Amino acid sequence: MLIFLKGGYPVQILQILLYLILFPLIAALFILIGRRDYGRDMIVKISAIVIGIITLALLVLGWDKGTLIYSIASEPVSQIMFIIEIILAVAIVYLGIKYRKSLTIFLVLLQAGLLIWFETSMAGQVHVEENLFVDQFSIIMAMIIGIIGSLICVYSVGYMKTYHLQHKEVQDRRSFFFATLFIFLAAMFGLVFSNNLMWVFFFWEITTICSFLLIGYSKTEEATNNSFLALSMNLLGGVAFIAAIIYLVMSDPSGKLLSLNYLLASSKAIALVPAVLICFAGITKAALMPFSSWLVGAMVAPTPVSALLHSSTMVKAGVYIIVRFAPVLTGTTEGLIISLIGGVTFLLASCIAISQTNAKKVLAYSTIANLGLIVACAGIGTYNLVWVAILLIIFHAVAKSLLFLCVGSVEQQIGSRNIEDMGGLIVRMPKIAIMMFIGMAGMFLAPFGMLISKWAAIEAFITAPFGLIFIAILAFGGSVTVFFWCKWMGKIISVMRDQTVMEDSGRKENYGVLYCLTGLVVLVCLIFPLISSVLIEPFVFNIYGKIAGLAQANIIIMVMMLCLLMIMPFSMLFYRKGVTPATPYMGGVPMNDSMHYAGSLGISRELVLSNYYLENMFGEARVFMIGAAVCWALLLFAGIMLLGVIL
Amino acid sequence: MIPEPFLSILYALVYVLVAPVLGGLIAGIDRKVTARMQGRVGPPILQPFYDVGKLFEKENPVVTVTQNFYVLSYLVFMVVAGALFFSGGDMLLVIFAFTLSHIFIVLGAYAAYSPYSHVGAERELLQIIAYEPMIILTAVGMYMVTKSFFVGTIVASSVPIILYLPGVFIGFLIVLTIKLRKSPFDISTSHHAHQEIVKGVTTDFAGPNFGKIEIAHWYENVFLLGVIWLFFAWNPLIAIAAIIIVYFLEILIDNTMSRFKWQLMLRSAWIIAGTLGIVNLGVLYYLGMVVMP
Repeated sequence: MLIFLKGGYPVQILQILLYLILFPLIAALFILIGRRDYGRDMIVKISAIVIGIITLALLVLGWDKGTLIYSIASEPVSQIMFIIEIILAVAIVYLGIKYRKSLTIFLVLLQAGLLIWFETSMAGQVHVEENLFVDQFSIIMAMIIGIIGSLICVYSVGYMKTYHLQHKEVQDRRSFFFATLFIFLAAMFGLVFSNNLMWVFFFWEITTICSFLLIGYSKTEEATNNSFLALSMNLLGGVAFIAAIIYLVMSDPSGKLLSLNYLLASSKAIALVPAVLICFAGITKAALMPFSSWLVGAMVAPTPVSALLHSSTMVKAGVYIIVRFAPVLTGTTEGLIISLIGGVTFLLASCIAISQTNAKKVLAYSTIANLGLIVACAGIGTYNLVWVAILLIIFHAVAKSLLFLCVGSVEQQIGSRNIEDMGGLIVRMPKIAIMMFIGMAGMFLAPFGMLISKWAAIEAFITAPFGLIFIAILAFGGSVTVFFWCKWMGKIISVMRDQTVMEDSGRKENYGVLYCLTGLVVLVCLIFPLISSVLIEPFVFNIYGKIAGLAQANIIIMVMMLCLLMIMPFSMLFYRKGVTPATPYMGGVPMNDSMHYAGSLGISRELVLSNYYLENMFGEARVFMIGAAVCWALLLFAGIMLLGVIL
Repeated sequence: MIPEPFLSILYALVYVLVAPVLGGLIAGIDRKVTARMQGRVGPPILQPFYDVGKLFEKENPVVTVTQNFYVLSYLVFMVVAGALFFSGGDMLLVIFAFTLSHIFIVLGAYAAYSPYSHVGAERELLQIIAYEPMIILTAVGMYMVTKSFFVGTIVASSVPIILYLPGVFIGFLIVLTIKLRKSPFDISTSHHAHQEIVKGVTTDFAGPNFGKIEIAHWYENVFLLGVIWLFFAWNPLIAIAAIIIVYFLEILIDNTMSRFKWQLMLRSAWIIAGTLGIVNLGVLYYLGMVVMP
């Protein structure tokens, strides 16, 4: 491959970019070839660690360089990408026929048709030179993919071993599994470093396929159906994406507009239509309503896959692209509509989370809600809201990956992912319970990450056009969030009588990963002013020429509160003596020591306490129907407006 | 204008020292007035202090040791929230610290694993989601009038905030009833001797721990009345009069209403926050009539 460098740009960074995209692919190849379990597991771990280190190197070298754009001869690469896309389309059609999924086949054929038509009739004149780039936002995304993503890969080694011991019926395809994980990471790196929209689209499609393969891993009927659901919805987004590309080439046959940097700098008249189309693709990928069902369905996959989809890949690709296009959306009606879709999703997904007993479903709806919030910020797209959106991406990735992996570990040990079965986890599995606790605190409590961002969002929306709608949504949605997290926390810490420690120490590497992520949750809160000033603020300043941020005095108070919160548990040391153990107050009802009611005729009934799920008020079917209806209406409205602009 | 750091620390210290005294006195007066309304003589004004003093002399029975930690954290973060407020800090930060402290008392109730405190904890959470939106909208309303989230700036403003935020004020009064644990919203725990879930969230706290909860509640009440002050801050005399009237009204409502079910509490709090609060703010927003003093 020929590489042309513009003068003066650091060559090492380009090497790192290429390395980050290509190395996971090579690792995937070795994993596929590797036959022995032990060797393969070592390759996974070592490759993951290498990826982590290289991303850190990117941070160290690239944080102060601003935006770097690299010219690479694109023709051969684009040809290869086109061929891969066609091969994948054929493969999906084959699978679609095999499993009788007509919608998927239709969408693939539509997409492939558009692609072939584009490639044969237009691509000839298109010549994009500046194909790769890196700026502060890309670096942030790369850090999330490279560090959190590779931690999840390391974790999945141990998890999958246990998974196959516990699920004998599932065919052991671990080599394929790990290889797909690494291809996923490579595609994500490619996506955040690509300046050429054709390339972004290619990597976009690869992430869709990877998630399809991973969701369907267990090959049960449910998994297959859900994987096809995810595929169809994301293919629909892909169709919009390619439509945006065709529109751009039609308005400028030289293909200059396919460069992200030109497109974002061009006038709104040109950029708005493709921006909205691409944001639609982003909405499908970020699983906002009405497309949220694919992400909820995706939880049938092994837990590390959910962790990966929810924190560092896939859905983050969706919000990444929307945040990229935020400057185009600023002040437009289309941007407002996209924001509203995000806002409605945030509010209603938070409500649905209340009614869920399945831990992974609660996490899924919480992810959907937070993605909605990110999109709400990006759609309005003022400078401080973009700042908030990026902050949300970071905090969410860290805390959510920790929570998923904790739930995964719990599930493997207690054999259930139902929150009601997690009572007294603090006694049974103290280490994991405390880490889950910190993860949940990270999701909704002051002074942790997500709350900092919500607070910043309120302050930012208040000066934004139509901000009041979103403040109201945040006020209600935010408090709903408190409910479902806190009752889950309460479940974990409730101390029942007859429970014993059951923590196994077999999976050391898994605990290592969990410790790292827990440390990251706290660390990110402590150093977020640094992350903000070094990476996010310069990025926002480059686009808007304004500096966003929270007041210095408040940040100091937040850090002080965090320290206080970390000191407080030590107060328990003072209570070692001078406490009288008591039984809970039962209103004088006869009970034995293990909390059983002594009934008449010698019947004994166990005391069972269950949380409120408020099914009547926040039931999934009902609330989702409202959300889907509102969001479809908004999408339709945006579509009509877009049509008006095009014609 | 942000007050001098020294002065704000002084205010915070005054709050930390004076608030429990003031809160206890208010509780004493509350009990006296309530008794008179019910045709009783009532306890001496200082009775709450005697009660709490006695609680600290008792032994400390707990179901699990962690309860001590949760109660202490509840008290500490309640003091932090109030101190931040009285030092002129950011309203939103104050609200978040305030919520944090309530999460701790809820967790303490969950930890005990008794049916009464468990239902109390669930209801306390429902109360949190019922009142929190309105409190945030209150802060946002104050921002829209004074262009600042800082209590120091809001209190120094010479604008009669109440005239701009009548709807928000009424909404705040409703959630104040929830927060003061007054009927009809005293569903998670109550000042009255016994209710259907015994003492709700506080059922499994006794002795010094229960004393700490009482003191935290005093701190909380003083902070909440401080928010009432902000609505009338341009004239301290009117502010004091307003606080007295509001508190008297709360006692009157407490003695004349019967307890709601939680569904009605949640709906009424949300609908009022959603209509009065948001409509009030919307009117301010679109008229753009807020003039900086």
